[in-house]
Amino acid sequence: MMKLLTSQTWVLASKRCRFLLLSSSPRQLRYLPLLIRFLLADLLQIGHSVNNRSCTCKFITFTYLKMPSDTMDVPKTGFSFDLCRRNDMLAKKGLKSPSYLKTGTTIVGLIFENGVILGADTRATEGPIVADKNCEKIHYMAPNIYCCGAGTAADTEAVTDNISSQLKLHRYHTGRESRVVTALTLLKSHLFRYQGHVSAALVLGGVDVTGPHLHTIYPHGSTDTLPYATMGSGSLAAMAIFESEYREGLTRDEGVNLVTKAICSGIFNDLGSGSNVDVCVIEKGKKEYLRNHLTPNPRTYVSSRGYTFSKKAEVLLTKITPQKELVEVVEVGGDAMEE
Amino acid sequence: MSIFEYNGSALVAMVGKNCFAIASDRRLGVQLQTIATDFQRIFKIHDKLFLGLSGLGSDAQTLYQRLVFRHKLYQLREERDMKPETFASLVSAILYEKRFGPYFCQPVIAGLGDDDKPFICTMDSIGAKELAKDFVVAGTASESLYGACESMFKPDMEHEELFETISQALLSSVDRDCLSGWGGHVYVVTPSEVTERILKGRMD
Repeated sequence: MMKLLTSQTWVLASKRCRFLLLSSSPRQLRYLPLLIRFLLADLLQIGHSVNNRSCTCKFITFTYLKMPSDTMDVPKTGFSFDLCRRNDMLAKKGLKSPSYLKTGTTIVGLIFENGVILGADTRATEGPIVADKNCEKIHYMAPNIYCCGAGTAADTEAVTDNISSQLKLHRYHTGRESRVVTALTLLKSHLFRYQGHVSAALVLGGVDVTGPHLHTIYPHGSTDTLPYATMGSGSLAAMAIFESEYREGLTRDEGVNLVTKAICSGIFNDLGSGSNVDVCVIEKGKKEYLRNHLTPNPRTYVSSRGYTFSKKAEVLLTKITPQKELVEVVEVGGDAMEE
Repeated sequence: MSIFEYNGSALVAMVGKNCFAIASDRRLGVQLQTIATDFQRIFKIHDKLFLGLSGLGSDAQTLYQRLVFRHKLYQLREERDMKPETFASLVSAILYEKRFGPYFCQPVIAGLGDDDKPFICTMDSIGAKELAKDFVVAGTASESLYGACESMFKPDMEHEELFETISQALLSSVDRDCLSGWGGHVYVVTPSEVTERILKGRMD
């Protein structure tokens, strides 16, 4: 914002809290302390300590007023590498870095006569332990585009959320339905930029104005366009089913059955995949997300009596804090604003 | 030795009927030496939202301070408290920002959302959210905690029974882990009150 202080002195204020005093007359700056006070009172309305340096040149005098910057008003976008040096030091000292939540996984997609069907299992592993028995691996990208993700769970979630937001902004900008190739290009360029360190292997499928599309995206950024695709640790088990039974022009029910069969093959034969089957059917103009379409692994060992404890937990100290009561504001007799 | 096993920790959160409970152990160690027996791992963000941080102690405290800062800014801007789902997304974003140089922490978030519906969630150290309807665990004793919670948990428990279940699950699991223990710290939160209890456990 620019403001005229005196007839010959302008103040330029930028977002980064640096103020620039431009004056065409050096003599004006005799009144610099006054100008500063004026500036403070008028523009800032808060007390800040200022330090200023001025340099005079022939026609225009600049004065920098540097403010202590506000802390973290708008966080910077993208990754931050602050802790890398410390983490490397710890690794050198022999402390192993942690294992991340992976989605082991079997994810599949196939094109049937009217659109695309995507399928995924629901197990999330942390090393050899099952961390989540029923996680969601089919992520929303656009009303007509969904994406299954395998690899590091945080990466698949973050990259699909990010590109989903970008697609929404693009939809607002263009006023049109998103196309699958748009999502494909955004995803592959993001993954390539990070040279495979963002470990997300994706199966992207959707139906747009140009028809149904199915793509696979590898962590380094390469893509394939296929009529049927599988990814993840259970991909070989699922691909075996597809290679023997896939044909063009499948109906919706046949397609869903084939996808379910492929995912089940992954669940039962691959140790990194398990639990339930999620299916998503996308056709022109509509989509159906069948969460837990099949649950072939229910928990059957529940004791109906429940667990009883013979010896209660010993308590050393108890502190009870009541929650703050919610006050209900009731308007008394009519609108207070009306006369 | 893994970085998570430097300090040692055990955290668990469980869902009951219109209430939740979050519990942690109390030991702080430097590898095999115990330094403190009253270390706080569960922090209150607002009346109906609690955050537990397992893993490296210094990263847990730094992360807690950053999150409290962000929550206070949110309170000033929006003039209300953060919903637990929103807070979980915030924690996830802050952790993912450090994807290639992460904080060595695994948070456990537990809160009462709209209509006092309990919400629990945990994340790995880079922010992969894991929402659960029954219980979540974190820390060096997590493998034992998974087993104990799977067998002891029942859906729709009242707060007294929930307290008993979570305490027994915590104490039995930390007894099988050298790096965590020395008692327990349990918070049971219902829409009307917050009950904080300190448990007596094996001091080894």
